[in-house]
Amino acid sequence: MSLVVDSVVKRFERFPALNGVSLTAPQGAFLALVGPSGSGKTTLLRILGGLEFPDSGSVHFADLNWLDVPARDRRAGFVFQQYALFKHMTVAQNIGFGLSVRPRRQRPSRREIARRVEELLALVQLEGFAKRYPNQLSGGQRQRVALARALAIEPRLLLLDEPFGALDAKVRKELRGWLRALHERMGITSVFVTHDQEEAFALADLVAIMNAGKIEQYGTPEDVRRAPKTAFVAEFLEIVPHQKSAAGQYRNDRYST
Amino acid sequence: MKHWRSPTSDHPLTRLVFMLIAVSVVATFLVLPLATVFSEALSKGFSVAWTAVDEPDARAAIRLTLMVAAIAVPLNAAFGLAASWAIAKFDFRGKQFLTTLIDLPFSISPVVSGLIYVLIFGLQGWLGSTLRDWDFKVIFALPGIVLATMFVTFPFVVRELIPLMTDQGRDEEEAATSLGASGFQTFLRVTLPNIKWGLLYGVLLCNARAMGEFGAVSVVSGHIRGLTDTMPLHVEVLYNEYQYVGAFAVASILALLAILTLVFKSLLEWHFADEIAATHRH
Repeated sequence: MSLVVDSVVKRFERFPALNGVSLTAPQGAFLALVGPSGSGKTTLLRILGGLEFPDSGSVHFADLNWLDVPARDRRAGFVFQQYALFKHMTVAQNIGFGLSVRPRRQRPSRREIARRVEELLALVQLEGFAKRYPNQLSGGQRQRVALARALAIEPRLLLLDEPFGALDAKVRKELRGWLRALHERMGITSVFVTHDQEEAFALADLVAIMNAGKIEQYGTPEDVRRAPKTAFVAEFLEIVPHQKSAAGQYRNDRYST
Repeated sequence: MKHWRSPTSDHPLTRLVFMLIAVSVVATFLVLPLATVFSEALSKGFSVAWTAVDEPDARAAIRLTLMVAAIAVPLNAAFGLAASWAIAKFDFRGKQFLTTLIDLPFSISPVVSGLIYVLIFGLQGWLGSTLRDWDFKVIFALPGIVLATMFVTFPFVVRELIPLMTDQGRDEEEAATSLGASGFQTFLRVTLPNIKWGLLYGVLLCNARAMGEFGAVSVVSGHIRGLTDTMPLHVEVLYNEYQYVGAFAVASILALLAILTLVFKSLLEWHFADEIAATHRH
């Protein structure tokens, strides 16, 4: 059940989004796609989810030609950046959606769906929120509902697009550790996109550093940090301490006068 | 202590002036004419007005108007839904052109819209002789009136839905697909619930205009009393014959239908306020 992406190229009308991207990840890996905005990381994630198709190249997952599998049959749990919860459904209906749209023969009974929803609510620590609507939840809670909804279909592949992008630093740190633990418990292959290299390195088994539609370097966080292959990677990894000092400098200038 | 005014609120006097202007405009241009319609209709008493509405030609006009609306509005709701779905959710060549084309009925004079159909389906028109051979009447008959009404009222649903659907984006549909929903399930369970209030509003506007359309229908109807006269046309006929009570009585029914439409909409909004708030983007 490994993931193999080979020479994927994707062009949008004006600009190339992916310029020949290849990577391999073993079953159960937690893979981070990290890079500045416009580097093609979200496009690659959407291709894995079947929401976008490459112009050339191939994707294999679980020994299937993944591109031949329609999005609705992939069982790829997708967690969107803005959550994309169904606004008119309660939390329980949101989470149960994937089960309730199954063809009649594979569809669990109402009671079974309700039971599974309860389980998932417990898993994401939202017991008692079943009857709320998404607009009655905080950002972190919405995020967890989106995750529970994606997990309800027993995904073979979990895809997360900037899962913590819209949350404040404290909630982000909390959810991060929790997501990692969850990933290990479920044993599925997960791919997540982030522009925050600190987040990528703290969470992932493998990181792909992307820039301008290409993977600059791909490997374990330790390897990448120890031996950056390109000038871009080295610079990208240094950005955090560099930025911090710049911000401190700015603050000093502003407040000392 | 000084009393500070919020930066976005105006001086009380300014507010009063603007309110007075708004109220007087509404009173002069909306309430007064509407009241006149009813008072003229009832000027010789209720029974006279009722007799004017209850005669065969008036009844035929009411029946025809309701029938035209009952055919044209559902069809336009379906076409409008399809067009806005295509425009808001997909990218394709000529999309801009299609959007402009949909606005055409709003910018064309209704009389011209009616003439178009006479030129196509009329006896001297492109399809005239063929239709005569099949013995199928379009112009000066129900099909022509329905066609003209549909043409004029087509933009209402689409104009309501396109901004709404564009604004909502494709995220929820993509989520539904990735969770295993088919296209039809996605439409029925995600798209439709999200747009139902916009759709309803468009349908109500469309309905109000469909019942009230005069120009386009006037050209294709042929004014056959008791057969192809709709309510607005019947009002004009009566008025030209100096039957003021009759004209205003039929006009009152038209106005009542419009008011009923608005009341219906308000009732729905009031009853489903919570749900509307929930589906509103946050």
